[in-house]
Amino acid sequence: MAKPLQRSSPSRSPWLDRLSAFGVWSVALIITAIFAWIMGDILWRGAGQISWDFLTLPPQNAGRDGGIGPILVSTGLILVVCLSVSLPLGLGTAVFLSEFTAADNGFGRLVRRSLDILSGVPSIVFGLFGYTFFAQTLGLGFSILSGGLTLACMVLPILIRSAEEGFRAVPADYRLSAASLGLSRTATLWHLLLPAAVPGIVVGLVLGIGRAIAETAALIFTSGYVDRMPTSLLDSGRALSVHIFDLSMNVPGGDAPAYGSALVLVVLLILLNGAANWIGRRLSFQSGFHWR
Amino acid sequence: MVWSLQAIAAIAGALVLLIAAFLIGETLPVLQKVGFLPFFTDPAWNPTEALYNLAPMLWGTLFAAAGSVLLATPLGILSAMFCQYYAPAGIALLYRRLIELLAGIPSVVYGFWGLVTLVPLIGRLHPPGPSLLAGMLILTMMILPTVALTADASFAKVPPAYLQGAASLGLSRWGTIWGVVIPAAKSGLLTGVILETGRALGETMAILMVCGNVVQTPQSIFDPIRTLTANIALEMAYALGDHRSALFVSGLILMGLVTALVIVADAIAPEENHG
Amino acid sequence: MRLMRNRGYFAAFIVSLAASFGVQACSSSPQGTAPSSDGLTGKLILTGSSTVAPLVGEIAKRFEAEHPSVRIDVQTGGSSRGLADAKQRLADIGMISRALKPEETDDFQGFVIAQDGIGVIINKANSVGAISDRQLVDIYTNQIQNWREVGGEDAPITVVNKAEGRSTLELFLSYFQLQNSQIQADVIIGDNQQGIKTVAGNANAIGYVSIGAAEYDIGQGAPIHLLPVGGVEATVETVQDGSFPLARPLTLVTANPPSGLTQEFIQFAQSEDVHDIIKAQNFVPVQRKELAQTLR
Repeated sequence: MAKPLQRSSPSRSPWLDRLSAFGVWSVALIITAIFAWIMGDILWRGAGQISWDFLTLPPQNAGRDGGIGPILVSTGLILVVCLSVSLPLGLGTAVFLSEFTAADNGFGRLVRRSLDILSGVPSIVFGLFGYTFFAQTLGLGFSILSGGLTLACMVLPILIRSAEEGFRAVPADYRLSAASLGLSRTATLWHLLLPAAVPGIVVGLVLGIGRAIAETAALIFTSGYVDRMPTSLLDSGRALSVHIFDLSMNVPGGDAPAYGSALVLVVLLILLNGAANWIGRRLSFQSGFHWR
Repeated sequence: MVWSLQAIAAIAGALVLLIAAFLIGETLPVLQKVGFLPFFTDPAWNPTEALYNLAPMLWGTLFAAAGSVLLATPLGILSAMFCQYYAPAGIALLYRRLIELLAGIPSVVYGFWGLVTLVPLIGRLHPPGPSLLAGMLILTMMILPTVALTADASFAKVPPAYLQGAASLGLSRWGTIWGVVIPAAKSGLLTGVILETGRALGETMAILMVCGNVVQTPQSIFDPIRTLTANIALEMAYALGDHRSALFVSGLILMGLVTALVIVADAIAPEENHG
Repeated sequence: MRLMRNRGYFAAFIVSLAASFGVQACSSSPQGTAPSSDGLTGKLILTGSSTVAPLVGEIAKRFEAEHPSVRIDVQTGGSSRGLADAKQRLADIGMISRALKPEETDDFQGFVIAQDGIGVIINKANSVGAISDRQLVDIYTNQIQNWREVGGEDAPITVVNKAEGRSTLELFLSYFQLQNSQIQADVIIGDNQQGIKTVAGNANAIGYVSIGAAEYDIGQGAPIHLLPVGGVEATVETVQDGSFPLARPLTLVTANPPSGLTQEFIQFAQSEDVHDIIKAQNFVPVQRKELAQTLR
């Protein structure tokens, strides 16, 4: 995807160029090494746990035996609820902020600042808020719905900010030419801006999914701890990250299945990120122009 | 169309008010009783003995967040440069997937890894091990993907014409990046920094596992610290009455901190910060 | 238009994803509405201590198996939440990892289901075999700062303490007659396993954790060992026979005198039918006659 710049000009400070190249490569190597360390650790200790039974059976003996079947289903449902609320809300807000408000618009600024603040609220506060607001005030109880909605609030700022960057990536020329061609604002949005903003949206989606699937503190208080197979969105369901936390912090002898669950979570994430990128690529190819 | 979008944006913006209202509601009992000042002037944090000094934890939060942002920002931006301008296409793609994965590893796993691997390592260097340094390093790893991915996206959208122009002017690769790409991508980079700082301030579970959680103002990076978030997570499970209320004050102060940060960012970079 | 078609695909993908979850969820819930032989039906919600939750979760599963029309949801979030939820009737039963305090007995009724001993642990590499209560107090109040002073090697002591409000901390403080403000800790931890991992990873650390959990992890090869307290070996047996001085009851609480399903479940959780579960979760079952005393 990336296109290395041509090494065309030896004239201006080649030593600086070489030094910076060295720096960039070593940073990449260090990060890869640390990543390999963590992943190797998870793979080494988790791989032995994985089996078809582990993926499908319900947990037994507080999670030491059995599997994570119902927990995978709950995690999936929580994520679906979270994204189906946050994605339309996030995209709508991003479009509004980048396309329909002027830079110095007071309302737009206010919304943007509120979202920045929201991104810094600690997850445990989201958890307690979700418990009070969704579970108690709205009467949803400890449920997948409460958990998904709480997560939606959490990932919203990430989603909006990244999508907004995506929209801003579209040069003003495009909008001007669209306007001069007589395209309506709505048509410009659907056919020009949205496809062009896809890379930014995908980054937001990937970061948002990552944050949602990794969240523990906010879910303990909302979607809860019940490890039974959920039968509706109003059932309580334990998320994978909550399961990992409980196994590693509360259950003696829970480390092995905790590593197994962490490995499953990472693989799940690879699949989800792959899907997000694949969908993103298809959408932006069809738009007819892409940058790289 | 515009109105519905505006309504959606209003909902998104109002969330923060809802959460603030909720926090203030929960903190009122203790604030009415002792006021706001004791949270900075009491001799210690001993909520069961009605002492509520949060200042050391405020410093702990600030040091940990500042250290990790200072580390993660250059690392993340260099990573993004690697992806965009240095690595061959195949490696860049792989590397990007890797960073995306790092973004989704649960904080429990980072904390777990930090507790069994990083902390004993630091402990051998300078006991006890759980420390501000451990917190900074773990946080750096956790927030690095945020800044790397946002920087990558904003580099990707620098119009190719800029790069071609720079090349035809005979600028070197680094000269192009430094002189052309970075100024053009400034807004995206700043977004990344704001997002990562928010994440660093708000991170809970991993930091709780590696920082030692002793309530003190750190004198060196090897001292254990407690952050405001860890304070909530550690004590909320058993807190009742005023103690519980006081923990929500931690949350409120944290939110105030983020608000201040956002205002400062707004003042420093008014022209890049909004479209 | 091509774009629209693609959005259709995406929507279809989401819908099919949701549908597949739904189908899977339905097909795998055998409980259904089959009437139970003893006529017990309904739903119970339990919330509270993260220490007690895994144990009660297992007890609930066995109860559900015996009474197919009953559903029991066990939630965690801490002892304080257990009390708060039980009082506000958000939960039928709260779970706390301590005894009810005297000032709480007006509002709640407590039912002990198991006991948990608290033992002092140090790293296996540490040569110290036993320390007196006096020495332990001095270590925790920073009067003794080096293992040399209690017969160990020349190394600074890393004191591991629990976070404020935790019931293990309260028990520890009251047994050693300390105030939490007197303790000079180097590390403060939350849950049990964090304590074990911290001591396992630091050769000079000392901490206190649940004995059952420590014994289990020692059996699994964790590099820690339990020190005697007050001259009594820290084992599940000494907790069970009452000779070990540091123990806490795991308690179910209700805001009203329990009746119906709530009562049935509490009785089940206190019965000998679940002693194997209690042992499997590394806690100590309570004998019948002691139970009668706690019930008043």
